[in-house]
Amino acid sequence: MNILIVGVGGQGTILTARVLGEYAQRMGLDVKVSEVHGMAQRGGCVVTHVRMEKTVLSPLIEEGTADVILAFEAMEAMRWLPRLKMGGLVIAAKDRIVPPSVTNGQAKYPENVAANLPENTIWVDAVELAKKAGSVRAANIVLLGVFTAAAGLDQEQMRQAIVQSVRPVFREMNDSAFTLGYGAVNA
Amino acid sequence: MIKTMLLGNQAIAYGALDAGVSVLAAYPGTPSTEIAETAAGFETMQTQWAANEIVAAEVAMGASVSGARAVCCMKHVGLNVASEVLFTGAYTGVNGAMVFVVADDPGMHSSQNEQDTRLIAAAAHVPVLEPADSQQAYDFMRLAVLMSEACDMPTIVRMTTRTSHARSVVMRGEAWPQEKRAYEKNVRKYVMAPANAAFRKTTLQDRLMAAAEFAAEHGLNTVHKGSGKIGIICAGIVSTYVKEAVPEADVLQLGLVNPLNEKEILAFAQSVETLYVAEELEPHLLNAVRSFGIVCEPIDTSYIGELSVRKIRQALGLSVPQALPAFTDLAPRPPMLCAGCPHRAVFYVLSKLKATVFGDIGCYTLGSMPPLSAMDTTLCMGASIGMAHGAELGMGRDFARKSVAVIGDSTFFHSGLSGLASAVYNQANTTVVIVDNGTTGMTGHQDNPATGKTLGGEEVTPIKIEEVCAALGARSVRVVDPLNIDEMETAIRQSWEEDGVSVVISRRPCVMIVKKREPAFKVDPDKCIACGRCIGLGCPALLRENNRKAMINSDACIGCGLCARVCPVNSIGGKNQ
Ligand SMILES: Cc1ncc(C[n+]2csc(CCOP(=O)(O)OP(=O)(O)O)c2C)c(N)n1
Repeated sequence: MNILIVGVGGQGTILTARVLGEYAQRMGLDVKVSEVHGMAQRGGCVVTHVRMEKTVLSPLIEEGTADVILAFEAMEAMRWLPRLKMGGLVIAAKDRIVPPSVTNGQAKYPENVAANLPENTIWVDAVELAKKAGSVRAANIVLLGVFTAAAGLDQEQMRQAIVQSVRPVFREMNDSAFTLGYGAVNA
Repeated sequence: MIKTMLLGNQAIAYGALDAGVSVLAAYPGTPSTEIAETAAGFETMQTQWAANEIVAAEVAMGASVSGARAVCCMKHVGLNVASEVLFTGAYTGVNGAMVFVVADDPGMHSSQNEQDTRLIAAAAHVPVLEPADSQQAYDFMRLAVLMSEACDMPTIVRMTTRTSHARSVVMRGEAWPQEKRAYEKNVRKYVMAPANAAFRKTTLQDRLMAAAEFAAEHGLNTVHKGSGKIGIICAGIVSTYVKEAVPEADVLQLGLVNPLNEKEILAFAQSVETLYVAEELEPHLLNAVRSFGIVCEPIDTSYIGELSVRKIRQALGLSVPQALPAFTDLAPRPPMLCAGCPHRAVFYVLSKLKATVFGDIGCYTLGSMPPLSAMDTTLCMGASIGMAHGAELGMGRDFARKSVAVIGDSTFFHSGLSGLASAVYNQANTTVVIVDNGTTGMTGHQDNPATGKTLGGEEVTPIKIEEVCAALGARSVRVVDPLNIDEMETAIRQSWEEDGVSVVISRRPCVMIVKKREPAFKVDPDKCIACGRCIGLGCPALLRENNRKAMINSDACIGCGLCARVCPVNSIGGKNQ
């Protein structure tokens, strides 16, 4: 399975990828995670590739090959759409982060992001649910909950993978963020 | 056996540890930085941030000559800085192992150019190993140590962004002990005076070719048998693309990309009908294979950017997955200065003064972006001071009254010191603004000689930038808090008027290292006249309402108050208002 995690620098995409890496190992799969470090983190677009398979060769997810795009920001889901496999799933946070090019009036934020995403899209009130769990910073784990439910992954193993990957003080909050995300799909 | 998921860079560090390396020196640079950061946690290894890459290489070379196993790490452009050690180190050879780990950046994800380390290595006659994933990064690091000692040569492990920053499973082997060879004085080998160097050069090719034999003995190059129709020679990350793109191809994956083994290449070429070479950047393998008189074609003829599974399939006329079209008019989201970044205030003043800004490399390079657009040049680390000086020579004294060099604290110690000394010596009238944010920000907040902390976290006496500048003969040194924009403006104007080299140190710590944040500021919509002056700061916490008035995102604002200082009608208030 190819999971492309997209967002804006500082949103916690790398931690999410790390959890998925841990999950894949628990499921006995080969896994490669490709991250962006450095320059791009200063508020720019970030993309993290997670591939889990019996054997993984290239660490990258290319055009038309992502089974899932996990978008932490609405417009970023649009930006990376060419990577989606035809008929693939998009899970997108409703939250918008407006880039300065828009603030300065040089560019426009797309008016209707939803109309530009494929039918197979799940919208998530990620920040809202994360606040309920205790912190906006848990939005990434909310999305992971949605993804686990929507893709029919092993819920228990994913929770264990989260416990393994986050600092002990944040375990409880992240677990409830996961539960809220997971529940958002079943409801 | 320990099995863990590691970044390629972490795997390099563990490879060095388990190869008995005792000394590792580095200068930060994406995508190489995490190697030293990982090694800093190893108790048995001496690790350090050197002031720049050549110092890192010299430190490692000193350790090697003394008899210990040593490594230096850098990004590709760092090898330009360290290349003197590489070129002449190939003549002297080593005692304990000496390994350069160099991370290239095809596609320029975070670099000022796209140079190819293999060509520099070929020019220096030094062997290069190139891993494809984290497991190979670990294994090849260990082999590079053995090869260095076996061939009496410094060796290079070439990483690329995609191997450095991909995480995959690594099985660590048994750790080798920290073996140290005895130190022996050997003037003919280590003093590269002309006669000795001439002698050492006669041994260079034999030592280099011994690396090809070492590679054969240790199975560094591997053949993946296919149908015999198409053969592809490749290495590193590209070999993962090749194997995925054309599973039926015969693949010769080179672990050693310099020098090549003629016999081995010839045998592979004869085993297939059509031969291709797949590589990113320069046609290094292609030219080497052709030099053996072998007919082969390149997969990629653009010599720019990265390869991919898709590009390889397209080049071979194979089908590729269907994909949705890209949205061409999406708002761009380039990297930018953080909310509250102290650099912003400096560029606000420079933009107001319409200064010509000879910039340098660091977070502050983002001052070149709109809306501040306050930087005219960025070339290479340390270039700002020399270029500002040169512009005065070219255009005259008046030009220096409107121009400044802007350089960061880490960059200043990397390569600004010699530029400053040279400007003073040659009686320049350069104004140098040192943006001291107390960290090496761009590469992820590493310490440097001015921060008072080492790579290992030890507290040390910081070197004071103002004292260094004074000692180097700067005519004046002014230390200013950049948030005092009026004082900053005055300091720059005064520096422009006085003769000699003037230094303005803009001192305020990076917001990412100061954990404490002030309460967010607020815009009073009744007072705001929608003039856009605050918006012109390009702060990500500042937005425009539908009526074009300013608004502050309180989640993003860290309360620096710069916007309140530039507001002409006092409509922005903070904790003190
Ligand atoms: C020769 C070379 N080595 C390393 C780098 C990577 N690099 C880019 S900027 C930078 C240092 C930035 O630190 P500083 O000058 O303190 O500025 P800041 O980013 O903190 O504003 C480094 C190490 C490079 N571009 N070139």
